[in-house]
Amino acid sequence: MRPNIVDQVDQTFWLITGISIILLLIITIAMLYFVYKYNRKRHPVAENIEGNTTLEIVWTIIPVILVLIMFFVSWSGFKNMRDVPKDAMVVSVTGQMWKWTFEYDNKKKSDTLFLPANKDVKFEIKSVDVNHSFYLPAFRTKEDAIPGRVNHYWIRTNEPAVYYAACAEYCGLNHSYMYAPVIVIPEKKFIEWKNYTPPDTTKSVTTVTKTDSLKTDTLKTGNVNSLNKDSLKTGNVKTDSLKKNSGKKDTVNTK
Amino acid sequence: MANGTIAVSPHTAEVDFYNVRTKHKGILSWLLTIDHKRIGIMYLFAVVFFFLVAMTIGVFMRLEMLTPGETIMKPQTYNSLFTLHGVIMIFLFIIPAVPAVFGNFFLPIQLGAQDVQFPKLNLLSWYLYVIGAVLALTSLFSGGGIMDTGWTFYVPYSIRTTTNVSLSVFAAFVLGFATILTGLNFITTIHRLRCPGMTWFRMPLFAWALYATSWIQVLATPVIGITLILIILERAFGIGIFDPALGGDPLLYQHMFWIYSHPAVYIMILPAMGVVSEIIPTFSKKAIFGYVPIAISSLGIALVGYLVWGHHMFSSGISDTSRVIFSLLTFFVALPSGIKIFNWVATMYKGSIEVTAPMLYVLLFIFIFSIGGLTGLSLGALNTDLHLTDTYFVVAHFHYVMFGGMGIIFFAALHYWFPKMFGKMYNEKVAKTAAIWIGIGFNMLYFPMFIMGYLGQPRRYYDYLPEFQKYHIFSTVGSWVLVSGILIMYINLAIALKRGKKAPDNPWGGTTLEWKTSSPPIMENFKEIPTVTTGPYDHSNMESQEVKK
Repeated sequence: MRPNIVDQVDQTFWLITGISIILLLIITIAMLYFVYKYNRKRHPVAENIEGNTTLEIVWTIIPVILVLIMFFVSWSGFKNMRDVPKDAMVVSVTGQMWKWTFEYDNKKKSDTLFLPANKDVKFEIKSVDVNHSFYLPAFRTKEDAIPGRVNHYWIRTNEPAVYYAACAEYCGLNHSYMYAPVIVIPEKKFIEWKNYTPPDTTKSVTTVTKTDSLKTDTLKTGNVNSLNKDSLKTGNVKTDSLKKNSGKKDTVNTK
Repeated sequence: MANGTIAVSPHTAEVDFYNVRTKHKGILSWLLTIDHKRIGIMYLFAVVFFFLVAMTIGVFMRLEMLTPGETIMKPQTYNSLFTLHGVIMIFLFIIPAVPAVFGNFFLPIQLGAQDVQFPKLNLLSWYLYVIGAVLALTSLFSGGGIMDTGWTFYVPYSIRTTTNVSLSVFAAFVLGFATILTGLNFITTIHRLRCPGMTWFRMPLFAWALYATSWIQVLATPVIGITLILIILERAFGIGIFDPALGGDPLLYQHMFWIYSHPAVYIMILPAMGVVSEIIPTFSKKAIFGYVPIAISSLGIALVGYLVWGHHMFSSGISDTSRVIFSLLTFFVALPSGIKIFNWVATMYKGSIEVTAPMLYVLLFIFIFSIGGLTGLSLGALNTDLHLTDTYFVVAHFHYVMFGGMGIIFFAALHYWFPKMFGKMYNEKVAKTAAIWIGIGFNMLYFPMFIMGYLGQPRRYYDYLPEFQKYHIFSTVGSWVLVSGILIMYINLAIALKRGKKAPDNPWGGTTLEWKTSSPPIMENFKEIPTVTTGPYDHSNMESQEVKK
């Protein structure tokens, strides 16, 4: 089982903050003590001390060690954040002034981000106009939505709950209203919701082998940003089979 | 201030630079002056004016944040105000404040020189600053309305918005030239105009800090100049450098912007650090602890500061590898600042400390700047940054570093050198009261922003979720305390300017060369060119001239 991203971010934050508070206390207390102890009234004649090489080395080496610890802790957390689980469910996130649109692997679109509980989810983040940033405060991460690029990150959802997504990169007039509800529901309900489509688009489920290969294709291309536009196009061409694919996958998952 | 008309022979060495007879009279004796001291004074009044303008804007922004939804203004106004607040504070106050005001006035004197190397270029820099400022003000009342891009002018928004971006950006471009020329002037002055005996390692640390700063100004500012011109071209002709719709790359803009703007952070803070290194020895009556490490750490900051711009872009989608490298380098750039803080505190050890107003500001600085620097670690760290970036945590962090660092030290420098610049003493008690108000107000205003940021409040938000209101209220009340402190401080100084007691030549017992000339200094700074035989902070032969009360 992988470490939880939220816990890792919080632990790193409090590790850094803890060390910082200790350093701040040392600096402040020393400063105030000197101001008190060596006040001109108590200590009218200063002693001339121009430096001390040992001290300089000590207070260079110790911070070097401390920042290296911070760096490695945050790096290992970061590696976990960037290493997307292979079987993560992909949701395409598109930012535009001033709303988010979420698209699922069966082409279902939504303004509300519904997610299944206890699942790994990968977001592929795009923008159609200016820069935005897809920020999930509850999951401690964000990545910018930049036109012409596809950025990504992943999260692991917990038990059913309601959160929100915010835009964290300034994007004009209604930047501060660019929220989207994030609703985590039991997986069964999620699949029902995802597969609910208007009656005219229902298709029969066939050609299992074909859809499997498609699934791996989209996953692969998702990892290579430069290829994404193309893969999106292919996705559009083969819309029908994609739908079948997700239909098939769903029935497997519900078992 | 006198206007240079008193009938004394211009060659009388006893007359200070305000009253010396110059070629031009009245206002022209200022506008056509090539005296570094007069130029410094002109910069002082300009930057204080713009500081007050941007501060007022900040107060209105905080007022808007008092309640969720509309409090006193619409979102478009708010977006324009935070842009203006940032642009004015950064380009018209923080960057020029310490170097252009105190650097101009005191660098030549501290080196034992009569002026900077290129006095006419110095005046040109001031005019470029004024032209830039006028262009920025014109952009407010012309074109498609007040710019609303944020001070970072991020594309594609800055290309698409109908507001008056081009003129404002051009103003910043012109201001860049003022910075470059000042930097060039200072570098040359330091290389060429040190008085006899003033070796590199006998220079005051303020001069060292300005030296490091000037190199950044000269080498980094051209990058922002090009970048800003490209925005204007992109807006006017759609050349397609940055706009992805035309084949451009928005990330290219971010790289170019931060290649300048991160080193610019050190343009802002290094001179302030130099001031701290002057004030602490003076009021501890002893030599600075670790002169060489402090001097070298300034150069270290300047050098490594060039290589960390990517940490502003951790969430932009740059490659994972580059994020790791930028993060590691960012942790290393924190070290020289830490070393400076340790040396400053160690300077007080076994000193004979007098907590005057400038010293009180410095103590405040060490506390506030330490918080600013230490919270920067969470932003340099890879995984925590992705949560904290673009939230109020960043807003709090950079106000602790920039305002708490550079702003507070601007106040400290103003109180430290006020007697020398104007020949008048201010009311010490009022000055200290103001400093305490500023300290309390500052922390009330900005500390809640750390908490809000950690809880997920994004920055540049006109509206916010009701759960954040208690922090916003606290912060807004803090802004009132802070502003009242600042106003008390300025009013106290304004009264001193009019009615202050005459200042002695060396009111604090300072050891650097500016305290060896009259207050205010004479036209040529010294009656005869001084010769230096010791380091800058040698207190062994000092008899402090206490202010007669």
